Amino acid sequence: MADQEKQYIIVHSAKYETTYTKKYLNRKVWEEPNFNLIKSYIPGTIIDVLVKEGQVLNGGESIIVLEAMKMYNDVQMPFKGKILKIHIEKGQKIPKNFVMIEIEPVV
Amino acid sequence: MSLKRSILDLRKRKDEVRLGGGEEAIEKQAAMGKLTARERILAIVDEGSFHEYDMFVEHAGTDFDMGNKVLAGDGVVIGTGTIYGSPVCLFAQDFTVAGGSLGLSHARKITKIMDHALKMRVPLIGINDSGGARIQEGVNSLAGYGEIFFRNTLSSGVIPQISVILGPCAGGAVYSPALTDFVFVVENISKMFITGPAVIKSVLGEDISMEALGGARVHAEITGNAHFYALSEKECFEQIKTLITYIPWNNTQKAKSFPPQEPKTKLKIENIVPSDARLPYDIRDIIKSITDSSEFFEIMELFAANIVIGFGRMNGETVGFVANQPMVLAGVLDCDSSDKAARFIRYCNAFNIPIITLEDMPGYLPGVDQEHAGVIRHGAKILYSYSEATVPKITVIIRKAYGGGYIAMNSRHLRADFVFAWPTAEIAVMGPEGAANIVFRKEIAEAANPEAMRQQKIQEYKDKFANPYVAASKGYIDEVIEPQETRKILLHALQISTHKDVPAPAKKHGLPPF
Repeated sequence: MADQEKQYIIVHSAKYETTYTKKYLNRKVWEEPNFNLIKSYIPGTIIDVLVKEGQVLNGGESIIVLEAMKMYNDVQMPFKGKILKIHIEKGQKIPKNFVMIEIEPVV
Repeated sequence: MSLKRSILDLRKRKDEVRLGGGEEAIEKQAAMGKLTARERILAIVDEGSFHEYDMFVEHAGTDFDMGNKVLAGDGVVIGTGTIYGSPVCLFAQDFTVAGGSLGLSHARKITKIMDHALKMRVPLIGINDSGGARIQEGVNSLAGYGEIFFRNTLSSGVIPQISVILGPCAGGAVYSPALTDFVFVVENISKMFITGPAVIKSVLGEDISMEALGGARVHAEITGNAHFYALSEKECFEQIKTLITYIPWNNTQKAKSFPPQEPKTKLKIENIVPSDARLPYDIRDIIKSITDSSEFFEIMELFAANIVIGFGRMNGETVGFVANQPMVLAGVLDCDSSDKAARFIRYCNAFNIPIITLEDMPGYLPGVDQEHAGVIRHGAKILYSYSEATVPKITVIIRKAYGGGYIAMNSRHLRADFVFAWPTAEIAVMGPEGAANIVFRKEIAEAANPEAMRQQKIQEYKDKFANPYVAASKGYIDEVIEPQETRKILLHALQISTHKDVPAPAKKHGLPPF
């Protein structure tokens, strides 16, 4: 411990000298979710893109067909909104949390 | 056939089976740094004690031309033996025979020895080295796994179950080890995963090696699936033999007694702990200054190292230790450390091993990642396990015992049998810094020099509450002790608890938060 930089943990305003674990160092930092980004919740293949940029749709309307785990998943508009940008094309393989489409709410 | 000829014939038959998948396959196995199934068993058990059964069992496959194939012992070795004189049942999958793949007969041999272990109430050791289900035998392979999982569960808490991963163990096969008490892994040899690198690459496009995905180190440090990590098979076998000396044959027995030994005198207990509660030290040095011969057999050393668990002996009897580790993450409780400690407490309780808890922790680890990972339900596992345990439970508070962590770490309120505290103990709702900020918020804000006032109030709080005497005045602590008395007092407490008997309400089983 002596030959490495000192590490600290703060609990209830008190600062404790200690060492970190690999898992602690690699922990995910929380980010405010952005509901205007339609991200893939599972990795898969884009079977079809059902919308075009500029189009306005109601919540619940289908926008993408994403094949994952041997299933065709129907990706829908989360609320009434406009399609701003499409980042995917038919046949594309995408990982998890990939930003597929950007939208903005329409009142 | 004359008797002599029939004996020679028997020997020839056995020798053929012992050759497993043949010399070429054995050479391949050796090239990977791996012993064969029989060599492994012989390296674990006492010399001359192993007896193998079902050598002549044949595989049950008929489809895909399997009918013509001969698979020696159907790719698995089963038998009984002793370790330091203690009886054990064993099975070892033979990778040289059809990749150790599991078909119906292979599974039946395993379940036969499992049934035997449960019936005889002796430990079961399973050595896994298998490519997985034998595809040619289809749904019979799946049935085989299911029968194994069922028996793992049935035996859980009755006989010790030990899994040794000495090769691939993939897909459904990993669930048998996961259901057992202790999992041993070896660097570069053990591989465990549900979905392998090839599938991950084709589905996710993520390129990862087998070692990085589910190698020994990953399971010992990141996932917590493995309890013991070794650099070679030889080291692994020594670990297994040592473990066997610390645990009983079954849940109605106590672990074997050894001649009592004093700790090594060079460990001076009062020199280990810094008086400033914010400075770290290695809690294992305290454990070693208490145990017989200063020996401590640590479990899950690399995973959630902010809590330390393992076995030691006190006057020759096995004791389980649960101790916060200030050296790592300040010894906080978090999801992983709660999970690790809770399972160990339940293990000790199931197998009649008294638990000594050494406490020095500032509370729970703050962070969104912890809250969202379910630190509430994981943390609750510790409360549940300690409350449920009826074996002797003794706590020594070394320094910090704050807030919810104080309650969780085998407090009087969860029915600890004895709670001792060093004079350096601080039993309080939180540390002085945090408490002063809340209690004296107004005075601090209104002071001409808020920082000076804060320091003054922290000191005031420290003087009044950061000690063991407030809790002792309420009877929450039985005795404030001098550090060098710790072993003597623990031995006395263990002696008094020998015939502990506490009634519990009848129930089918509880519902721990997992």
